[in-house]
Amino acid sequence: MAKVMKEVDAVIIGLGWTGGILAKELAEAGMSVVALERGTMRDPAKDYALPNIRDELRYVQRHDLMMNTARDTLTIRNNPSQEALPMRKLGSFLPGDVVGGSAVHWSGHTWRWTDNEFKIRSNYEARYGKKFIPGDMTIQDWGITYAELEPYYDKFEYTAAVSGKAGNIRGKIQAGGNPFEAPRARDYPLPPLTPILSSEVFSEAARNAGYHPFPRPSANASRAYVNPDGSKFGACQYCGYCQRFGCEANAKGSPHMTVIPIAMSKPNFELRANAWVTRIIKDASGKRVTGVAYTNVLNGEEFIQPASMVLLTAYAINNVHLMLLSGIGKPYDPVSQTGVIGKNYCYQTGAGATLFFEGRNFNPFINAGGSNATMDDFNINPDFDRGQLGFVGGYSIGAGFNTALPIGYRPVPRGTPQWGTEWKAATSKWYQTAMNIGASGGVMANRYNYYDLDPTYRNAFGLPLMRMTFDYKDNEHKMGRHAAAQINALAKTMNPTHLNEASARTDPWTVVPYQSTHNTGGTIMGSNPGNSALNKYLQSWDCHNLFVVGANVFPHNASYNPTGPVGALAYWTADAIKNRYVKNPGMLV
Amino acid sequence: MKDIEKEGFGRRDFLKSAVAGGAVAAAATAAVVTTQPAQAQPAGTAASGYAYLNLDEAAFVEAMVDHMVPADQYSPKGTDMGLAIFIDRALAGGWGKGERLYMQGPWKPGVPSQGYQLPLTPAELYRAGIAATNAHCAKTYGKTFDRLDAKQKQEVLIGLSSAKITFSDGLPVRVFWSTVYQTVIEGMFADPIYGGNRDKAGWKMIGFPGVIATHAQDIIKYRDKKFPADYTSISDMS
Repeated sequence: MAKVMKEVDAVIIGLGWTGGILAKELAEAGMSVVALERGTMRDPAKDYALPNIRDELRYVQRHDLMMNTARDTLTIRNNPSQEALPMRKLGSFLPGDVVGGSAVHWSGHTWRWTDNEFKIRSNYEARYGKKFIPGDMTIQDWGITYAELEPYYDKFEYTAAVSGKAGNIRGKIQAGGNPFEAPRARDYPLPPLTPILSSEVFSEAARNAGYHPFPRPSANASRAYVNPDGSKFGACQYCGYCQRFGCEANAKGSPHMTVIPIAMSKPNFELRANAWVTRIIKDASGKRVTGVAYTNVLNGEEFIQPASMVLLTAYAINNVHLMLLSGIGKPYDPVSQTGVIGKNYCYQTGAGATLFFEGRNFNPFINAGGSNATMDDFNINPDFDRGQLGFVGGYSIGAGFNTALPIGYRPVPRGTPQWGTEWKAATSKWYQTAMNIGASGGVMANRYNYYDLDPTYRNAFGLPLMRMTFDYKDNEHKMGRHAAAQINALAKTMNPTHLNEASARTDPWTVVPYQSTHNTGGTIMGSNPGNSALNKYLQSWDCHNLFVVGANVFPHNASYNPTGPVGALAYWTADAIKNRYVKNPGMLV
Repeated sequence: MKDIEKEGFGRRDFLKSAVAGGAVAAAATAAVVTTQPAQAQPAGTAASGYAYLNLDEAAFVEAMVDHMVPADQYSPKGTDMGLAIFIDRALAGGWGKGERLYMQGPWKPGVPSQGYQLPLTPAELYRAGIAATNAHCAKTYGKTFDRLDAKQKQEVLIGLSSAKITFSDGLPVRVFWSTVYQTVIEGMFADPIYGGNRDKAGWKMIGFPGVIATHAQDIIKYRDKKFPADYTSISDMS
C-alpha cells in the first residue's frame, strides 16, 4: 500500500535545468514545491573535485553520471517493420542520472533557436512552395515566436554564464559575432572564451572562403562571474574534461550550482532524491492530474505525492515515457496519423573530416566545452537557397576541441593499422597534430519516426520500456552529402598533410557509437490539440494542471544544441504559471 | 620443433605442474611471482596475479597484448604496461559483471544498428571468445594462440578484426573483437589507477599530460608549441 504524502502546490518530476528553474521560480513565488529526482544527490565539492573528476575511464567509458540501463532503457528499431530490441547499454545518447541531470555533464553550448524553426512550415511553403516539403515530413509551426521568447533567452544566458559575442543587437550587426543571428536585446553576459589554435585555423580558412565564423556561445564562464541570482562562478580552466564531467571550477553553468541551491534554501521547497516516479495520476474526469506515484529506490517503498499541479521536467525521453505510462493524451499512430503522444521524435545528423598537419601542435587536451568556432552560412543564413538542393533545414560547421581525451580521441590517417608499432607510431605522431571540422545538422520530423510503449520488454519496475522507431530519411542524406562536400572543399584550402575526408552517412541510424544527446519531440507544442500534446505554454491540452518541459516539446530538431530554448521555455512556462495560471487555473490558451 | 616446444613451455605449464607438485612447487611459484621485473611494478599500482582470468586465458591475454603493443621506441610491451592486469581487473569488476547492462530477455540477434544483444556479461564474452579463438587456433595451427609465432598471431588478429574468422559455436566474432579492442585501448590510456598505462607509458607515447588542475594560461603560452607535459595521474595528486 503506497503511503500518501501531504499535498503540495506543485510536484516536480526530475531536477535538471528545467526542473531546477521551475523549482526556484515557483518556490520564490511562495508555492509549496516537492521535487522528485530518480538519481542521487552529489556534492560538487566532493564528487566533482580534483583529482578524481579527471578520470576518462570512469566518466566517459563507464558513464558514472549517466542513466543506468540495467534499471530502465528503451527498445530501438529503425522502422515499424522491424522488431525493436533493448538498448542494453548506453551508446548513441547519454541522459544524465543525478541531481542536475544531463546539465551536470553537458558542454554548455547555448543557442537561440528562432523563427527559422518556430515557423518552419510557413517559411518553407512561402519561399519554396507547398510541394517542396515531402508528404511524410511532419514538420509544423511551433505556435510561439522568437519575439515572445527573447527575454527568456536573455534570462537563461545570464543565469548560466554564457560566454560569447553578439552578432546582432537590436538589429545592428556586430563585428565578430554571428551576423545571421536574430536580434538580441543585449550582448552575452561574458566575453568569448580564449580561442584555441584549431578554431583559429578554421576561422581563418572560413573567412578566406567568404564565410562568417564566430565563437560558439557556451555556458563556460570566460572569467569569474556572479549571475543575477547571486550564484557564483569561477573562471573556466580549459581543463579538457568538460563534456561527460562535472565542473570542479564551478565555471560550467549547471543547475546544481545555480537554481537548485536557491530553491533548496527555501523552507517551502523539498528535494527528494532516489525517488523514481512511475506514474502521473489522473482524476476520474481525466481532465486533471492529482499527483504522482513514486518509489524510493533505496528501499522499494511506494508513495503517492498529491499536488495541485504536476511539472514533468525529466530528460526528454523520460518525459514522453511517463506520459505514455500514465495514459495522458492519445498515443500517436503512424498508420492513421492520429494521436499526439510519441509524435515527431527527432535526432541530429552530421559529418566530419580530420585534418593532419605535420609539425603543428594543437594541444587537443587544452579546451573548454565551448572551445569552438562555428559558421552558420549553411544554416540560418537567409541567402542559403535550398531550392536546387532539395532539403529542408540546415547545418552549422565548426572546429575546435571538446574533451579530446586519449581513450576516445586518437586520430590517425585512414588505412593505418589498428595495432602494432606502425599504429603506435601514427598514434604518437598525430595525436597533437590533427584537428577536426564537423557539421551538425537538424533532423526533420517524419511520420515514421516516433515513440510508443514496447509490447515485450519491461524495466525494473515492471513497466513497459519506451520503444523508439527512428531512421534518417532522404532529407538527412541530402543534407549530409551537401555538408560533407562543403567541409571537404574548405579542408582542402587548408592544405593538410593528410585529410580524412568527411562523408555523408547513408547507413541506418545505429545505437552505437555516441552521436548526440539531443533527442527531441514526442510531446510537442503546437497551436491546437489535434496536432500537438501541449500548448505554447507547455501545458497539456488534456490536463490543464500538467506542464511538460524539455526538448520533448520541440516539433522538429535543428542543427543547434537544444539547451538554449529548453532553458528559455522553462522560464517562459514559469512566468505563465506564476503570473496567470495560479490566479485562474485552467487552459491558458 | 624442439625450440618451439621449449618456447611454448611457459608459465602456464609451470604453474600447472606446480599445483600438482605440492609444497616445494608452491614455494617455487612464490619465487616466480617475486621475480617479476621490479621496474614494471612501481609503488602504488595493483599487485600482480589475476582475479578473473584462468591460466589459459591469462596466457591468451598476455600474448595478445604483447603482440598488439610490442616493445619499441614508443612504449614498453603490453604486459609491461599493465594491460593484462587492467583487462583482468576490468573483467573481475562491476563492468565485467555487466552491472549496467540491461540483461532481461527475450534474447534475439537483431540487426547491427540495434547494438549489443548477447546474453553475456563482458567477462563471460571474453571467456567464451578466448575459448573460441583458441579452438580456431588449435584447428588451424595445432596449438593455442599464445604459442603461435608472430606471423600466425597477426593472421589470427586480422581474422578477428575483419570477421574473416567465424566461431563454430556461434559467438559473434565482431562483438568479441570490439570488446577486446576496447579493453586494450582502455588499458593503454586510462588513468594508471586501474592497473594499466603503467608508469603513464600510454600518455607519454602521445604527449597527453593527464590530470591537470588548470590550462587557463596554456592556450596562449603554448600556442602551436609542444606542451611540456609533467605526466600526472590521479594517484600522483592523491
